[in-house]
Amino acid sequence: MNVHAPITLTVAEQALLNAFDAAAGELPGDAAVISARDRLLHAVRVEGLPTRRVEAWHYTDLRALLRSVPAADPAASAKVVAPLVEGAHVLSILDGKASTKGAPKGVSVASYGAALTAGTSAADLAERGADDAIGRLNGAFVKDGLAITVGSDADLSSPIEIQVAQSRGQSHVRLPVTVEEGVTATLIERHISTDDAPSLVTAVTDLTVGKGADVTYVIVQQQGETDSHLGQIRFTIGQEAKLTLFVINAGGKLVRQEIHGVVTGEGSNLTLRAVNLMGGETHTDVTFTMGHDVPNTTSTEIIRNVLFDRARGVFQGQIRVAPDAQKTDAKMACNTLLLSDDADLSAKPELEIFADDVQCGHGATVADIDPTQFYYLQARGIPAPKARALLIKAFVAEIVEELDDEPLVEALESVIEAWLDKHSI
Amino acid sequence: MLEIKNLHAKIADTETEIIRGLNLTVKAGEVAAIMGPNGSGKSTLSYILSGREDYEVTDGDILYNGESILELDPAERAAKGIFLAFQYPVEIPGVATMQFLKVAMNEQRKARGEDELTTPDFMRRVKDAAGKLQIDPAMLKRPLNVGFSGGEKKRAEILQMALLEPKLCVLDETDSGLDIDALKIVADGVNALRSPDRATIVITHYQRLLDYIVPDTVHVLYKGQVIKSGDKTLAHELEANGYADVIGAAA
Ligand SMILES: Nc1ncnc2c1ncn2[C@@H]1O[C@H](COP(=O)(O)OP(=O)(O)O)[C@@H](O)[C@H]1O
Ligand SMILES: [Mg+2]
Repeated sequence: MNVHAPITLTVAEQALLNAFDAAAGELPGDAAVISARDRLLHAVRVEGLPTRRVEAWHYTDLRALLRSVPAADPAASAKVVAPLVEGAHVLSILDGKASTKGAPKGVSVASYGAALTAGTSAADLAERGADDAIGRLNGAFVKDGLAITVGSDADLSSPIEIQVAQSRGQSHVRLPVTVEEGVTATLIERHISTDDAPSLVTAVTDLTVGKGADVTYVIVQQQGETDSHLGQIRFTIGQEAKLTLFVINAGGKLVRQEIHGVVTGEGSNLTLRAVNLMGGETHTDVTFTMGHDVPNTTSTEIIRNVLFDRARGVFQGQIRVAPDAQKTDAKMACNTLLLSDDADLSAKPELEIFADDVQCGHGATVADIDPTQFYYLQARGIPAPKARALLIKAFVAEIVEELDDEPLVEALESVIEAWLDKHSI
Repeated sequence: MLEIKNLHAKIADTETEIIRGLNLTVKAGEVAAIMGPNGSGKSTLSYILSGREDYEVTDGDILYNGESILELDPAERAAKGIFLAFQYPVEIPGVATMQFLKVAMNEQRKARGEDELTTPDFMRRVKDAAGKLQIDPAMLKRPLNVGFSGGEKKRAEILQMALLEPKLCVLDETDSGLDIDALKIVADGVNALRSPDRATIVITHYQRLLDYIVPDTVHVLYKGQVIKSGDKTLAHELEANGYADVIGAAA
């Protein structure tokens, strides 16, 4: 055991330990799971939440930013809402409690809580590393979730929406999602808040994209103004498979979405697109790591940030190319529209390349609205506020429209419009 | 319709005066050509008419239908019927041309207290106008001006003009970058809008466009002033002899 000087727990850390004590009897799991949970929580107890001294958390000092943690609330009352895309198959997790109902034909859905009880999932609870605070918290507290397998006979004319709705208190969910060989599927993981009380949600998704599969996975985070959201998706992409991962952050007070991927199959492709809409006094962090571990794989990443008010944004993007991953083609861009002098964005793109025959690049831009475009729209009779809103929307719509799925594009654009309507000046 | 009186204007935040005591009157129904060598202030004048903030009027006035427009912002001027076809139309990624047209038309209607267009009515208007200008409907689905050729951009400007039905049209070098066929199509588009209650200012430094859009008056702009005015024969003189004589006589 490492020797740590005892730390003085923050209010939030103490609340987490209290929550664990309060829930200990109800947290599902066999002996292996229980000991994994104890170990994870012990790490929180002795190390506390990560501060800026931990490199991965340098721009998001979780210990300072997470001011409080709401206790589980018996008055929690989340209900299912209409899916983003009309006709989508809705699988719900309401205030942390998953329902296995609603799966289309060919898609198997099992309770993750049951898997914990049965003891088949202790291994999943391991952290990614000592700096994996999200994995740690989620592993210690996870109570339920959905294990989803999309099989080759699945009927997927409509997308699947995994609706994680939280009213108040805290929830910690897991989503192991497997898309089998050759399957084309669209899944939407949507996080919503159904009342104004503060909540804390942690969500860990393990996505496996099978050989030759073509998966569009969308994470739409629309939590409330007082909510904290700590999300993590880990994925692997099999041979000749394609993953389009689209992340929209349009809510939350303190948000960190981690994306950790490994391309394990030759000829595979990742398209990552993220739209981060930030306003008020909020903090939103998207942290991405990607390992190109085999030859002949491609990835493109485009992150578009819009910041109003006193918002703080963070993008960390790291692409690693393994020594024998020749012919890797990876391009990452982070573009920011900074609409307030009091807002701030930190971008940290990194390439770690150990192969010689690769094409990799990254770029970051920060700008305000283009004055010439703004003038042009006004000269056509579009009043300044509307012209501004059009240009802000255009900045993010550009990457949404790349999605080759009209109902999905419209649904995501309406999420963006609804957010902009509330935040425009 | 338009009266520019002793207009002085500089680039905002600098002391560089570009328009230096310019006088010009354009009546309803008139087509006025403004000619002049490069750098004489033609585009600047068009920007000032449209209300671009980069320029500051330091003296004089611009009256439109008898009222000063100096206090109006660009959108208000557009809603009152002032339209500028840009020398360099601006590319706007992420805004589909169709969507832009609809917003512009409806915002102007709103500002004038008119009802918004229904979608079928809007579609029909666009289809008609685009057809006349031989614009491929596929182009209208693309983001505004993005990846358009020079000629497509100019046609798109005239399409906007036809749809917005302005009262004062200012065309800044609409002929540049057009081959002769495209030039004729654009000129037909402009001529179709000629009417007794509408005025047009055609800015060009070639006589060529004026063979197709025949002006009632021609004005020579040099160093921020109108140094000579005349009828369409003045354009032919300039074509034959260049600007040197006119400039020399004015100096
Ligand atoms: N925003 C600006 N900044 C600096 N110089 C400008 C600006 N606008 C116009 N000018 C200068 O003013 C003069 C007139 O330009 P312009 O109106 O474009 O002329 P024209 O259209 O007649 O060719 C030129 O010398 C040009 O360089
Ligand atoms: Mg010019």
